[in-house]
Formats: sequence, structure tokens, C-alpha cells
Amino acid sequence: MFLAKINVTLKPTVNDPQGTTVLGGLKSLGFNSVKDVRVGKFLEVKVDETDPSKARSVVNDMCEKLLANPVIEQYSVELVEDPG
Amino acid sequence: MRFGILVFPGTWSDTDCHHQVSDVLGQEAVYIWHRDTALDGIDCVILPGGFSYGDYLRAGAIARFSPVMEALRAYVESGGLAVGICNGFQVLCEAGLLPGVLMRNSHLEYRCQWTNLRTERTDSPFTELCQPGQSLRIPVSHGEGNYFADKDTLDRLESNGQVLFRYCDDSGRITEPANPNGSARNIAGIINDKGNVLGMMPHPERSCEELLGSADGNLIFSSIINNLQRSASRG
Repeated sequence: MFLAKINVTLKPTVNDPQGTTVLGGLKSLGFNSVKDVRVGKFLEVKVDETDPSKARSVVNDMCEKLLANPVIEQYSVELVEDPG
Repeated sequence: MRFGILVFPGTWSDTDCHHQVSDVLGQEAVYIWHRDTALDGIDCVILPGGFSYGDYLRAGAIARFSPVMEALRAYVESGGLAVGICNGFQVLCEAGLLPGVLMRNSHLEYRCQWTNLRTERTDSPFTELCQPGQSLRIPVSHGEGNYFADKDTLDRLESNGQVLFRYCDDSGRITEPANPNGSARNIAGIINDKGNVLGMMPHPERSCEELLGSADGNLIFSSIINNLQRSASRG
């Protein structure tokens, strides 16, 4: 069993109005050193596979087909063994 | 003509579309549940607005895996007419039947308001009864209608004449204040490269009687009916 920790973020070229709004909120709280904020999604997916490379390829497939929209988003996957 | 209105869990504009097509325009309209796998005998498919599958993950992302979407893909490939409105537009983009994506509105607000749409083409099945450049008064109601595509895709849409509607002001000018959601190049509605699939964020079914403030939405469906009747009479 593996636990995939997946980050889905907007591509750097895509404008992120949520991030801009959070940035404004942080500044108004006095966090003057904050320079930029990007908002993304974090997903935890458990996969019942024994081979790590198989698990990674299954998770990548999930990201390509559903979890991320390749028009605007990119993703990264961290895979850890999970006792179940 | 026979309109098929797709219904996903969370669709909410289906009865409004039914009312417009059947009560106002006198056509036959049937509901098609998202688990159905056939679109036989349908002359035009409508994907109505709403929040299919709660808009979980991304608007339209889950609906595209419904069984009826495979039938829709085959129907569209064989030249059938389809109109996606609001959430229906989002579903068509997620399904890859239209290019681009509808992002969160640039100001992050949900907008429910009247908009003016400039008709960019009148040689499409969806606008053939409109006057060139005609401004249609049709409302929007969405939080994620900010049309986005990369520059190459936008340029291709423009050069292929796939931009059908743009948000404009009362005088028909394409201005930033007339844009309710931050859409690239004020895009409100696009067609696919074959020209038989329309996606638009504004709701023509909510402007189908003067009592509602405008009946301009009827021009879109009347154009479709006109187009279908011409095709039928050609045999």
C-alpha cells in the first residue's frame, strides 16, 4: 500500500486571483515581508499496489485524467509506503 | 424538433430550458438522465446550468465521466448540435469537446446580473437569426466563468471564427467594465472547430420572455430550430 501526497497548483503563467486576495489579507494583517501567494490543492490518495513504480504510474495517470486540468494546472506527487 | 436536456446530479436549469424550448418555442423536449447511454432521435442536446456533482474538484470535472458523455461524444462527432450553458459549458471544456477552461471569476465574486453579448457571427446554426453584431441581453449567474486558454489557443479561436459571443457595453463596445468575470478577450461563448457545439456562460433560458426582462435568449434557440428545419427540408 502506498500513500500518494499530491499537490495540484496553477501553472506559473496562470493568474491566481485567490492567491492575490490572500496576499492582500496577509499584508493587511501586517505581514509586510510576504511577496507572493499561490493557492493550490492538496490530495492524499491511497493506492493498493506493491511496486512503487507501478503505484507512481497509476497516480500520474489519475492526475492526467482527473485530478489536474492540464490547461491551467500542474501537479507533483510524493509517494510514501503506507502500512494500510 | 426534439431537444434532449441532459440532467446530472446537481443540474438546476433543466426545467428552465424545458420551459423555453417547449412552452415558449413549441418544440418537443425530453430529459436525459446522465446514466442513459443513447441520444437516438435527438435533434439538439442541451447541457444546462447548475452544479453537477457539487462542482467538486473543478466545475464540470466529474460530470464528464457520466455514461451519457460517451453518447454525446459520438453524437457530436456525427455532426449533432449541442449547447452547453454555464455549468454545461464547463462540462464541455472538461470533456475536451471545447478548448480552454472556465476559471474562478477574477474578482472572486459570484455574479448574477444582466450582460450584453455582441454576436460575432451570424453564419452559425446558433445565431443565424441574429443580425450581424447584434447585442443580446442575457443574464449570467456564476462564480467560475472566467474563460481562459493559452495565447495560441485564443489566437486560433479568433482566426477560425470560433468566438461567437463577447461581453459588450450598452453600445456594443467590447470594454473591460462590460466583462463580468475577467474572461480572456471578453469571451462569453465559443463554438468548436466544426461549428456544431456551442458553450456559453450566460443563460438564454433565463431571457425567454419579456416578463423576465428580455426575450433575447429565444434568438439562439430559434436559430437552432430554423437551422434544423432547413436541414430537414433538404432531406
